[in-house]
Amino acid sequence: MTTKLRFDPVLLLAVPAAIYMVIVFAIPVLWLVARGFMDADGFTLSNYIKFLSEPFNWVVIGNTLRVAFWTTVVCLALGYPTAVALARSKGAVQVAMLIAIILPLSVGVVVKTFAWQIVLRRDGIVAALLVATGVWDEPKLLLFTEHGLVMGAANVFLPFMILPIYSVLKLADPNLQDAAATLGAPPVFRFFNVALPLAMPGIIGGVSIVFSLATSMYVIPSLLIGDRFQTLATLTGRAFLLMRNEALGATTATILLFLAVAIVACSALLSRGKGDSR
Amino acid sequence: MTLTERSANIAVWVIAAATVVFLLTPLVVAVVVSFGSSNLFTLPPPGWSMRWYQRLMNVRGLSSSLLVSVQIAAVATFVSMLIGGMAATALARGRFAGREAIAAFLTSPLMLPGLVLGIAFLQAFRFAGLRDVWLSLALAHVVITIPYIARTLYSALTLFDFSLIDAARTLGCSAPQAVTRVLIPNLAPAFLTSGIFAFLASMDNYAVSIFFTNAWTKTLPIQMLNLVEEQPDPTIAAISSLLIGLVLLLLLLCERMVGLRKIAEM
Repeated sequence: MTTKLRFDPVLLLAVPAAIYMVIVFAIPVLWLVARGFMDADGFTLSNYIKFLSEPFNWVVIGNTLRVAFWTTVVCLALGYPTAVALARSKGAVQVAMLIAIILPLSVGVVVKTFAWQIVLRRDGIVAALLVATGVWDEPKLLLFTEHGLVMGAANVFLPFMILPIYSVLKLADPNLQDAAATLGAPPVFRFFNVALPLAMPGIIGGVSIVFSLATSMYVIPSLLIGDRFQTLATLTGRAFLLMRNEALGATTATILLFLAVAIVACSALLSRGKGDSR
Repeated sequence: MTLTERSANIAVWVIAAATVVFLLTPLVVAVVVSFGSSNLFTLPPPGWSMRWYQRLMNVRGLSSSLLVSVQIAAVATFVSMLIGGMAATALARGRFAGREAIAAFLTSPLMLPGLVLGIAFLQAFRFAGLRDVWLSLALAHVVITIPYIARTLYSALTLFDFSLIDAARTLGCSAPQAVTRVLIPNLAPAFLTSGIFAFLASMDNYAVSIFFTNAWTKTLPIQMLNLVEEQPDPTIAAISSLLIGLVLLLLLLCERMVGLRKIAEM
């Protein structure tokens, strides 16, 4: 096709939003990044060298990635089967499941985290459940522990895992599974060679969203584990709101931003690889 | 069905049921605590009472923060609908290079950590000499709501058959009539759901708002966060329950208008 791109007047309709987002969103974000690499003399890496040479900050980075990793693992372990069940369900069961997934998603995170403070207490539901099933001998406090934090975070982010996997499963042809079965593929082989590859774009999407959200959560760790456990996001918040150390906060914010961009880039790369191989 | 398949099938449904219970736990806990008589969040509550709801009006700063949140969410949603809807139309109708790039740009705030956006806004607004809390919140919340509007309206407009408008014109409608009688009724569900989700995203936002609130102007999530940190009592559960009820109503409205399945698949 040799159609030259001529000016299309309908394009003008996009101008207000584009200008708004450039001025209010893109320039401030780029400026934040740029300022982290500048001092009076020009380009510098000193902010980052200073940050990374502090052993405590490596603990912070470790905390952030570890909690995000386990949150993602829990979300995937619960989210994949739930998405499968949601894709297979019909009628009232499906509507009920969708409400159970979308309602918590639409209720603010402060509300849910506040409720988790109650759930994770020594006399809370989870402790009672673990004692009743014999996992624990006596009730213990889960609030202010990493286990409690992962549980609360997984609860808040689960819908972001279920929905992308569900929408991919919905598009997959159910006959493929039957075809593989008819051709004699055993169930385990079918799971790894048919079902899982079909769901993979949704899994990549869900994992990257949940991991990204979990690295940058602020309210959940502040309320569920407290000040002695710092992550990049809580440190960023504290640097600005309590310590008035904006240089530190800008540095940690930029690291968070790079993490988020890296996650998006990785997931785009992975799903493109999937698309080519098919 | 082999044994492996049958047990895998059972496992899927058991995990799904457990997940549904897990997802609803915090909401049920908030509602139960709000109707309990104990101020220690004892579960199950020793008795039932409405006193936390009666106390709601007396909690300092609560109604004013609710008002701020609703105002900001309404203004941000309206502005996003206007400029985001125009942009979505241009992207769905126009034939020009970089359409996908512009669409990705308009939804990109969703991919970035909320705190990072908040700090970027804080530094930029301060540099620009903008001191007004209300205006800062409104400007920032438009950036938060635009992705929801642009994404949903763009996909809805891409699916809309625009030859229907030409048909209406041929049958004697004027151009504005064709828009109001054909385009808007067809796209109303998409406008409604994108508006509801944008409004809720703004109402729930804390990561950006936390940098712009002061002692006099706070949004509801920030006021609630302060209450949870300073003097947690079941009044917070009462506000939470009211919010849960409101969201449930809005979702049922979406279910009637469009069906939640379509929303989940968007």
